[in-house]
Amino acid sequence: MNRIAKEPFQFFTRQNLTYLLGKKAKNLNALLTGIKEIPLASIYQHTHHFLEQHEYLSPEPPNDFAYWITNVLQNNALGEEIAGIDLRQFSSLKDIQVRLVEIVENSIQHDPESANRNVPAGEEFHFMGAQTFVFPTQYIANDLMEFKQCLGSVSNYSIYYHMFEAPLFQEKSRFCYWIQNSLEDEKLALAFKNLDPYTQTLDNLKHNLVRLVRVRLEGK
Amino acid sequence: MANLYEYEPIVGKDVINELELYASKLANVSVQHINSTAVGGGVAEILIRMVPLLKDLGINAFWDVIKGGEKFYEVTKKMHNALHGQKVLFSKDEMDLFIQTNEMNVRDMDLGGDIMFIHDPQPIGLISRRKEIGHKWIWRCHIDFSRPDPFTWNFLKKYIEQYDVSIFSAPAFARELTIPQVLIAPSIDPLSDKNKDLPQETIDTVLEKFKIDKNRPIVTQISRFDYLKDPKGVVQVFRKVRKYIDCQLVLAGGGATDDPEGAKVLAEVQEIAANDPDIFLLLLPPSSDIEINALQRASSVVLQKSLREGFGLTVAEALWKAKPVIASSVGGIPLQIANRYSGLLTHTIEGTAFALKQLLQNPTYGQQLGINGREHVRKNFLITRHLRDYMLLFLSLDHKGKDVLFL
Repeated sequence: MNRIAKEPFQFFTRQNLTYLLGKKAKNLNALLTGIKEIPLASIYQHTHHFLEQHEYLSPEPPNDFAYWITNVLQNNALGEEIAGIDLRQFSSLKDIQVRLVEIVENSIQHDPESANRNVPAGEEFHFMGAQTFVFPTQYIANDLMEFKQCLGSVSNYSIYYHMFEAPLFQEKSRFCYWIQNSLEDEKLALAFKNLDPYTQTLDNLKHNLVRLVRVRLEGK
Repeated sequence: MANLYEYEPIVGKDVINELELYASKLANVSVQHINSTAVGGGVAEILIRMVPLLKDLGINAFWDVIKGGEKFYEVTKKMHNALHGQKVLFSKDEMDLFIQTNEMNVRDMDLGGDIMFIHDPQPIGLISRRKEIGHKWIWRCHIDFSRPDPFTWNFLKKYIEQYDVSIFSAPAFARELTIPQVLIAPSIDPLSDKNKDLPQETIDTVLEKFKIDKNRPIVTQISRFDYLKDPKGVVQVFRKVRKYIDCQLVLAGGGATDDPEGAKVLAEVQEIAANDPDIFLLLLPPSSDIEINALQRASSVVLQKSLREGFGLTVAEALWKAKPVIASSVGGIPLQIANRYSGLLTHTIEGTAFALKQLLQNPTYGQQLGINGREHVRKNFLITRHLRDYMLLFLSLDHKGKDVLFL
């Protein structure tokens, strides 16, 4: 069943330019110091860019911190804990930063010797930042049918923006926000909210979003 | 040469549409690329394809090459080696020659781009014209900067910090600088002669031309004859493996006009190869892209046993052809290969020989690595991604310091 929206939905797309900060960590202590000091854009870069760059991998690899801690520092327990952080529960990058610091500090407290164990030269953690560019696309949906068509046509970068970045930068650009407030479809909004974008590839995510809308259009 | 829309079947319509969207924000901007050679080497290869594609997108891009004599290129080759960490001593005359050649180019060249895009150390001194003409200036470093010789680094740093922004190809190359450092990996062109699909007859013809047996396993390293590519190490790897597995080795590469050392390295490799009929040393002319493509496609395994590497475009080329690749974990190579997922990363001759035996004896494993590698390249190392990053960088020049830009 099609629904007309009170306000049209503008699809955006986004890209990142990655900056090198010239800072690196050769042990856990230095990583902790870095996590505390780097700008929030860097926290974003290190917790999200893996999702984009390795989007075809299934299961998804974890974030940069978890990857380095597990594969280079070879601290599997800490790596697993960092990889397991549910990023969806945080509404700000500051909160993600605080949680990362908490977990690493806790690990160091339990195993102080591990904090200064150095990795071999050349395998240090390199801190990076990002500048995000957001562009409006040609795709605008006035109703649920058009929304489904747009979802099927936009790039994965656009899906990425609305699912991962809008919650952090532009709440009103979340799909679920528009579905709830403009289409006034509580059921579909809830289905969108409940999708965990961090545990599937972008291609799958897009496919699942289209499927949810199609089912709704069929009146189910 | 391919136009932008010919990439659509490879990368998707959505990607092409978005490139047009970014370009629409850069209408009327001119970008002047400057490097030191029009032929040979990764920089020229990228610019040959990149500049026309930027034009297709409506950006006024053009490309010029500095002039320098043989002695100048000997100095810049030493500089290149020093930046890769080799201990090199420069005389005052050599440094003076570097400065004078740059000054001569500053005087003689028409530096008219709104954005001046300077590649590598050779033309770095053109920045001295900035005070007079203004414009935005970008310096791109294509080489491995992870352990540069301090003297050479400090000499170049004085120039680098006069630019608006610098670009490096891998995170390990970042330095402490007063200007922003952007990470942009280079790329390959899937439609170029070096990477496009080839019919089997073409591949067979190339093998016949070089008298390589297509019925026996072929192990290949494609790169310039350069100490830093460790061709002698590759011969040692091959000899360790051939004791157990029948195979042939192809070491093939061209020369670049800014690399005077190639002939000497080739002679040394010829000496240790000692007329072994299963080792093929091929010094290819610049017009050999189809031959290189065919050799990569005919290979059972591709090696890139570099000691130092800026990025290692030959790795992306081989991965794009879905070949199993064994490469040194240096420079930008770890960005291209997730170890044991899209290829194998090694550090030593022994480790490389072990990995090579493993792949030659388990072709199914090699095939899976190749499939994953090709997909990784499709998403991250094709020229369309490179175009995107350059356009974002151009846009960023007017928005320094902002984390999120709504355009």
